[in-house]
Amino acid sequence: MIVGQQKPLDELWDMIKGHKSVLVFGCNTCVAVCQQGGNKEAEVLASLLRMKATQEGVTIDIINGGIERQCEHEFFESAQEQIQNVEAILSTACGIGVQFMAEKYPDKHLYPGLNTTFLGAVEKFGLYTERCQACGQCVLGITGGICPISRCAKRLMNGPCGGSTKGKCEINKDLDCAWQLIIDRLKTLNRMDDYEKVIPMKDWSTDRAGGPRKFVREDIQV
Amino acid sequence: MNVKTPSKLEKILRSGQLAVTSECGPPRGSNAEEIKHKAELIKNHVDAINITDNQTSVTRLCSLAACIHLKLMGLEPVLQMVTRDRNRIALQSDILGAASFNINNMLCLSGDHQSFGDCGPGQNVHDLDSMQLLQLVRMMRDEGKFAGGDAIKTPPKLFVGAAANPFADPFEIRVPRLAKKIAAGAEFIQTQCIYNLDKFEEWMKLVRERGLHEKVFILAGLTPMKSAGMARYMKNRVPGMDVPEELVKRLAGVPKEKQPEEGIKVCIESIQRLKELPGISGFHIMAIEWEEKVPEIVEASGLFPRPTV
Repeated sequence: MIVGQQKPLDELWDMIKGHKSVLVFGCNTCVAVCQQGGNKEAEVLASLLRMKATQEGVTIDIINGGIERQCEHEFFESAQEQIQNVEAILSTACGIGVQFMAEKYPDKHLYPGLNTTFLGAVEKFGLYTERCQACGQCVLGITGGICPISRCAKRLMNGPCGGSTKGKCEINKDLDCAWQLIIDRLKTLNRMDDYEKVIPMKDWSTDRAGGPRKFVREDIQV
Repeated sequence: MNVKTPSKLEKILRSGQLAVTSECGPPRGSNAEEIKHKAELIKNHVDAINITDNQTSVTRLCSLAACIHLKLMGLEPVLQMVTRDRNRIALQSDILGAASFNINNMLCLSGDHQSFGDCGPGQNVHDLDSMQLLQLVRMMRDEGKFAGGDAIKTPPKLFVGAAANPFADPFEIRVPRLAKKIAAGAEFIQTQCIYNLDKFEEWMKLVRERGLHEKVFILAGLTPMKSAGMARYMKNRVPGMDVPEELVKRLAGVPKEKQPEEGIKVCIESIQRLKELPGISGFHIMAIEWEEKVPEIVEASGLFPRPTV
């Protein structure tokens, strides 16, 4: 799931304060789970911004709305009218949704309501943690199902650094050492021999290093 | 004696004599005199001098340039290279640059995280990790090939080392991790500072059980303590460091002005004890900003004069 975090209200206000009309627009899938960018959060944020406008003595027409997903064309139908009637949109989707809207509505000013933080899991209500960096060449099969790329601060591929202490990372005592987790798993699975296999230099061309990525399925395109 | 490089360190190790290395940190400025001065202090008492690569992620004069200064003084540098700051293009390029100055030793490290240093908001690279860097240098040297597979006209002749920390967690993989570094190409090992000798000896026992001491030269790492405060700091604040409480107490038990002397004594006693330990090929004495004490330590430990090869 994509996790995001709302930007501070003052930063959002600075972005929108020069516009006459603004739609605060929610995305009700990923970022609704962490309760930062869903349609409900967009509604609350719109109220806060209206209060801010009143405090600042600025007249802006701030409305709110939202759809299920801002990263697919078919969901936008219900919101066309709202979108057309405003000058600017403050999208509380992840960076993907914001960009998708910017491409879709070339004459609208688009602003991000969130900082898109990571691809993560819901460990429990209110606790979201990173699990994947979408490197494009999954190594989980040889690392006991725990990702050293997203979960080791140095993305080390061959074991823990010298800073691993009592299962925690050298940069933060609250952070698990990914390699401790990997080794614990390999031990449980009786696969410690796997640890001694040297993982050679990684091909990062499937990662960000290879430029923007694309996946084409011609067989299902219409 | 079957040496693979022109390295003096390699010759001494392969001849079966105990090697002594030390290290110098480059200055936080462009004045080379500082590093030359440090090297002058220790040059007659060590076989090779490591130059750290932006240690603790604090920006400094680069390791390669400092190694060149040492080389121009007729000394034997060990180029430390971390994978934190450079991708494989830059690493290979620097390796060739080092080899072009006849720098014959290199230590492959991943490097401290940048959040410890002066560029916390900076990006880290880690295109490779330390094991993959070992593999890369060995491939460049032994196969004469770049990472991309192209032939290198004049391959670099570097004696290749790695670090080992017997004290970090999890302890059970500390020996497998050494085996892995050897498999990746490490020919010598410089260990983390040893204060817990019992634990180190336990690690070495496991190393010998697997015969790893016959596949790699292990140089025991030592850093003399300047004070009880330093011991306490290292015990509590430095990740991956194992400082026994008895050592802190021993240093704290003498008057403050006598603590440096006591720290040197502890260091010498440690070397004397470890000299007897089977599988130890030498010592790496890291007297941090205390280089002038290296000669005294080396002499008192019975490691002087240094061999000529």
